[in-house]
Amino acid sequence: MLTSFYAVLFYLATLSLIGGLGIRIYQFASTPAPLKIPTPSAARTLWGVAFRMFREVAFFETLFRSNKWIWFFGILFHAGLLLVVLRHLRYFTQPVWFWVELIQPFGIYAGFAMLIGLTGLLLRRMILTAMRYISAPSDYLMLILLITIGASGYSMKFGAHTDIVAVKQFFLGLMVFDWQPIPADLPLLVHLLLVAVLMIIFPFSKLLHAPGIFFSPTLNQVDNAREKRHIVAWAADMEK
Amino acid sequence: MPETINPTNRIHNNNRPADPVTPYLDPLDMADLVPGCMSQSHSYEASPVHQEKLGFPGELVDDWHDKAINKMGDLVSKYKSLRVFLDSCVKCGACADKCHYGMGTGDPKNMPVARQNLFRSVYRRYFTTAGKYVPALVGARDLTIEVLDEWYSYFHQCSQCRRCSVYCPYGIDTAEISMAAREILDTVGKGQKYCNEIIGKVHEVGNNLGMPAKAMKATLEDFEEDLEDETGLEIKMPLDIKGADILLVTPSADFFAEPHIDGLLGYAKVFHEAGASWTMSTTASEAANFGMFIGSYENMRKVSLRIRKAAEELGVKRIIFGECGHAWRVAYSFLNTLAGPFDFLDSRYPVPQHICEYTWDLIERDIIKFDKSKNDEYRLTFHDSCNVARGSGMGDKPGDQFEIPRDILKATCNHYFDMEENTIRKETVCCGGGGGLLTDDLLDLRKKGASPRMKALSNAREENGVTHMAAICAICKSQFAKVMPGYDFEIDSILSVHQMVSNAIILTGAIDPDEEDDDE
Repeated sequence: MLTSFYAVLFYLATLSLIGGLGIRIYQFASTPAPLKIPTPSAARTLWGVAFRMFREVAFFETLFRSNKWIWFFGILFHAGLLLVVLRHLRYFTQPVWFWVELIQPFGIYAGFAMLIGLTGLLLRRMILTAMRYISAPSDYLMLILLITIGASGYSMKFGAHTDIVAVKQFFLGLMVFDWQPIPADLPLLVHLLLVAVLMIIFPFSKLLHAPGIFFSPTLNQVDNAREKRHIVAWAADMEK
Repeated sequence: MPETINPTNRIHNNNRPADPVTPYLDPLDMADLVPGCMSQSHSYEASPVHQEKLGFPGELVDDWHDKAINKMGDLVSKYKSLRVFLDSCVKCGACADKCHYGMGTGDPKNMPVARQNLFRSVYRRYFTTAGKYVPALVGARDLTIEVLDEWYSYFHQCSQCRRCSVYCPYGIDTAEISMAAREILDTVGKGQKYCNEIIGKVHEVGNNLGMPAKAMKATLEDFEEDLEDETGLEIKMPLDIKGADILLVTPSADFFAEPHIDGLLGYAKVFHEAGASWTMSTTASEAANFGMFIGSYENMRKVSLRIRKAAEELGVKRIIFGECGHAWRVAYSFLNTLAGPFDFLDSRYPVPQHICEYTWDLIERDIIKFDKSKNDEYRLTFHDSCNVARGSGMGDKPGDQFEIPRDILKATCNHYFDMEENTIRKETVCCGGGGGLLTDDLLDLRKKGASPRMKALSNAREENGVTHMAAICAICKSQFAKVMPGYDFEIDSILSVHQMVSNAIILTGAIDPDEEDDDE
């Protein structure tokens, strides 16, 4: 019963994450950008745009200039999350890939970085008047959701251990539609339930900033309006 | 005439003032937050006449709710910027203290993220799953008449200067959202008088002023006489000359307002000294394009096509734009899209060019020269106009839009000083009057919005004895002339960049008024 519930839950979550994101990315990609609106320092070549986007995504360059605290907490969280997710690949690969083995010890610290970052962001949001003013309930809940996922994960690492071999069997089984029993440990069930919730709401929430940044016209446009005529279909129709 | 301008009485013999007059004020300080303190700011709404000229309903339509939501859906499907920006904001707060209206007024709805949320909350309610089923959770709300009023008020407290955008980690640009909101308001019959009346005049008469061709001709003849009195040379102000090489398109303020006129005289002297064949046009006697402010692609296109038509009719080879901020954004970034392709023009030159690019090229090639001492009475700084700084480019390198005007100023005067780093170049703070807000019914907002720039300028006065500030935007110039006296600057402390060019340019064969004085 429990195994079936979680198996179906994760199929649904995967469907929502991949299908939902696919639809949203298609929407972002297919919506025309009728005018050139890059912001400075706008690149004049495609390579320049790629380099700018890389700096934004890898280092949060703009955020660093805007606000050092948000940058600090933000990068702790995102870099931490990245390592933690990669570390979890060991539950989905058999044999475990070499580089996934390699990062295992770092993943532990990365989890702490992630939790510190998230807590910092939550405290900012709760304490600063301006942040309280602009926040909706979902803005707090999103941070609390991520913190609870991290905390429930750590409770298995340092508190009530769960049978991780069985957990791995469960996920390897899911991937080939051969369901294996899931260990009935509360921290594990909470952890997995919340991860599934996160996957389900991803395409319906502000987490869309992850694909969104790549489609942001102010960042991804080449500044060459004078050299090359930029015209989209609905605007060209006016000229007929 | 420029010669009559006196430095402020603070400065004696270009020495720094003896006593600090104003204490140091952080230009970017945020006023204490007072929710709703600017909710009464409401510029005049357009009359039915002004609305209908642009193809908008004369007054609020009965089915405004459905019409507004339909328009929102239409815009979201037509503008990638809008769709991506509405979906991507995480409300991190990086922009919260970056808007000059936020800093100056303290109304939290003038924080960029909060201003966007006025719009985003409605988008979420009607266009997202979460907003349809759990609106309270995600801060979604119905579009009511109160919300529509709130939009009108606060989307006319945004000068579309894009400062927030250069601080947003996703590049979210509130200007795009404010333009969309204004377009929806126009569509349901709730347009703004200032913008829509002016666009009507451009369509009808050819310029924002509604200045007829005859008056324009007379004005330019007066200027020619003034120039002859000053220099002893026949410096022309050509109008509607077929077969000229260059069409100059300049803001109509250059024909009647100070210090704008002095800039226009500067362009004429530059063209004269370079021996250029140039003309202005009565039908395209306006660089400004307020179609951008109201977010209307159709209106922006119509205003732009006027310039193309004039260029074709006159048979010119190049188009050059005078000193105007948002006009240069439309010209540099949009003109090729809206009214291109310009393959009938000389392909050796960018289409269009900025007058500063033209002048700087002549300076670099040693074709025009300056006597810097003519500007010794000025201790000068430069205000980067938002639309030039953040909406356009110049020259052939990224960032040339910051450097070329500065290079021209440094070539024409001996005392140039920049203001604080985080208030200039791409981080420049708006004058407070851009984006269709340069109207007296918004004067309170304009004064508050100008405060970050004016504090930075006051600091430059204390630090370096700065007396004057130059700009390349007609709106900036008019706005500063209005707000400067409140900070103990003379009304004429705002200058055109080409006014400095005009003062210092060495004209071949000209009489020197100083020497003439000596003879007497």
